[in-house]
Amino acid sequence: MIALTHSLFAIDPLFDGGLLWTPLLILVIKVLVVFVIGLVTTMLMVWFERKAIAGMQNRIGPNKAGPFGLLQTLADGIKLFFKEDLLPERSDRLVFRLAPYLSFVPAFLAFAIIPLGGDYRNGNGGIVTWFGHQTRVQLADPPIGVLFALAISSIAVYGIMLAGWSSGSKYPLLGSVRASAQMVSYEAALGLSLAAVILVTGTLSTSGIVGSQSSLGSWNIVATGVIPFVIFLIAATAELNRPPFDLVEAEQELVGGFNTEYSSIRFSLFFLAEFMNTITMSAVIVTLFFGGPQPISIGNTTLDIPLVNNSLEGSIWLIAKVLVFLYIYIWFRASLPRFRYDQLMDLGWKFLIPASLGWFMLLAAQRLADNENWDQLIVMPLSIAVILVCFILMQLAFRASAKNRESEGASF
Amino acid sequence: MELVVFICAAAMVLAGALGVVLRSNPVHAALSLVLTLFGIAVMFVSQHAEFLAAVQVVVYAGAIVVLFLFVIMLLGVDRAENLETEPLGIQRPLAIILGLGFVALLITAILKGRDALNMRGDGINVASDGDHDANIRQIARSIFTNYVVAFEVTSVLLIVAVVGTVVLARKRKSDKDLIGVAP
Repeated sequence: MIALTHSLFAIDPLFDGGLLWTPLLILVIKVLVVFVIGLVTTMLMVWFERKAIAGMQNRIGPNKAGPFGLLQTLADGIKLFFKEDLLPERSDRLVFRLAPYLSFVPAFLAFAIIPLGGDYRNGNGGIVTWFGHQTRVQLADPPIGVLFALAISSIAVYGIMLAGWSSGSKYPLLGSVRASAQMVSYEAALGLSLAAVILVTGTLSTSGIVGSQSSLGSWNIVATGVIPFVIFLIAATAELNRPPFDLVEAEQELVGGFNTEYSSIRFSLFFLAEFMNTITMSAVIVTLFFGGPQPISIGNTTLDIPLVNNSLEGSIWLIAKVLVFLYIYIWFRASLPRFRYDQLMDLGWKFLIPASLGWFMLLAAQRLADNENWDQLIVMPLSIAVILVCFILMQLAFRASAKNRESEGASF
Repeated sequence: MELVVFICAAAMVLAGALGVVLRSNPVHAALSLVLTLFGIAVMFVSQHAEFLAAVQVVVYAGAIVVLFLFVIMLLGVDRAENLETEPLGIQRPLAIILGLGFVALLITAILKGRDALNMRGDGINVASDGDHDANIRQIARSIFTNYVVAFEVTSVLLIVAVVGTVVLARKRKSDKDLIGVAP
């Protein structure tokens, strides 16, 4: 019993004394709070996106329901609930019903490992005391940590893929085939840039990763040298199927993409999952590269919010940082045109994956030289030279294959 | 508790495995395979092998079965197969013989290694030593030290398979001329 709870929540001190009533209650409260936060933030995110895009396009956006149109999403949700639920005749009934849940549940699960607050200052490790029990402000802190987020995002592919296939119609199928290829390809780049973070922090646990970023200089975006962050951001956008990588639901080509045949509450589950995933991914980016709930501090001076205690302040910092990324995603959508499919695949396989792998090798070489007391001035230029040679060879290979293809004519 | 988890996971694995064999629709069969892989991942977690569980989900459920489904969808073989006609005459008797042989092999392996199964290995006790990354560290150490040759050879094997697939799938100009397809 104790062994099992330990393997699931290992790092959380909540279960140190076995499973008792109060920790169980705290756990239930945490689950409820995370679920409610998920739903409410999703609602606000939909409103925020519509309002921000409207602003960028010189429109007003939702302004009728509630103050500033805040309740517009709620109204849309209620409308969707009361619409007729259609089941296409040629659909595969079981899978058609299953698919929305396969994309909705992972969206919420991934949120469980994000540290949502807590005091990480002075080596506190984010531990807070609730009802006389020490715990962390996150639902679960499994030893595999960020790998859990990766695993969940790889499960999310199924929802979209099966939705398209089970609809029994051409356009959704095309949308879902595109989606699965895109998401599987970009997962590799996502994982490789994640590896750079894990290499620098030396731990997989999300609270450990946050704990290691105590000052601005040790935030992972600086510690890993910006490149993994850029690659992660691009790959995450592709993984989320958000513009400019929204080929999955390219309206001009595919009607509505994988969810064309869906209506009513099943459609709203996809919609919810999409926005929920955006929020979760922003939170993951903040956790991995920007110190999560850590305040901004340079050297010994910390930017402290007055009158708020340290553990609550963590949540405020997290929300502020996540909002920046949510805004960036909306910004992408408003300003970037959609990629062409072959450009998307070229970017993923020919640029992002080699670049993240090369950068990871460089970081590894640097750390190895550090551990073995080698001369950095020799090791670094040497590794850069090796990577450059690899890059040139790769470019030559691309050129040769492009030439071959041209001489043979298109093969598809 | 461990027993309950084991029973649930084992039920998942068996139900999935039966589904793979019995469902006539290839997509349903592939989904049953995902269920089996999940059950195995749960068992890994209950054995304190969290890293293996994550890898199981990321690689097998997240990539390999997705590629299976991808091929099924793209080639449009997602119709129920007609099981009456037999492309190869001796296929069924051969399958029965091979299956029985495999069962026999498994039983001998279990009987031979029964002592090892009963013995509790001195694995990593995450709860007591407080090192939460002990799991991944131990796997890394054994892959990159004791079994490094096997590991590298496996990766070479995979690359050879990829290159082979590309060569096989590539259409040459001469093939096109033979068929007489207009460019």
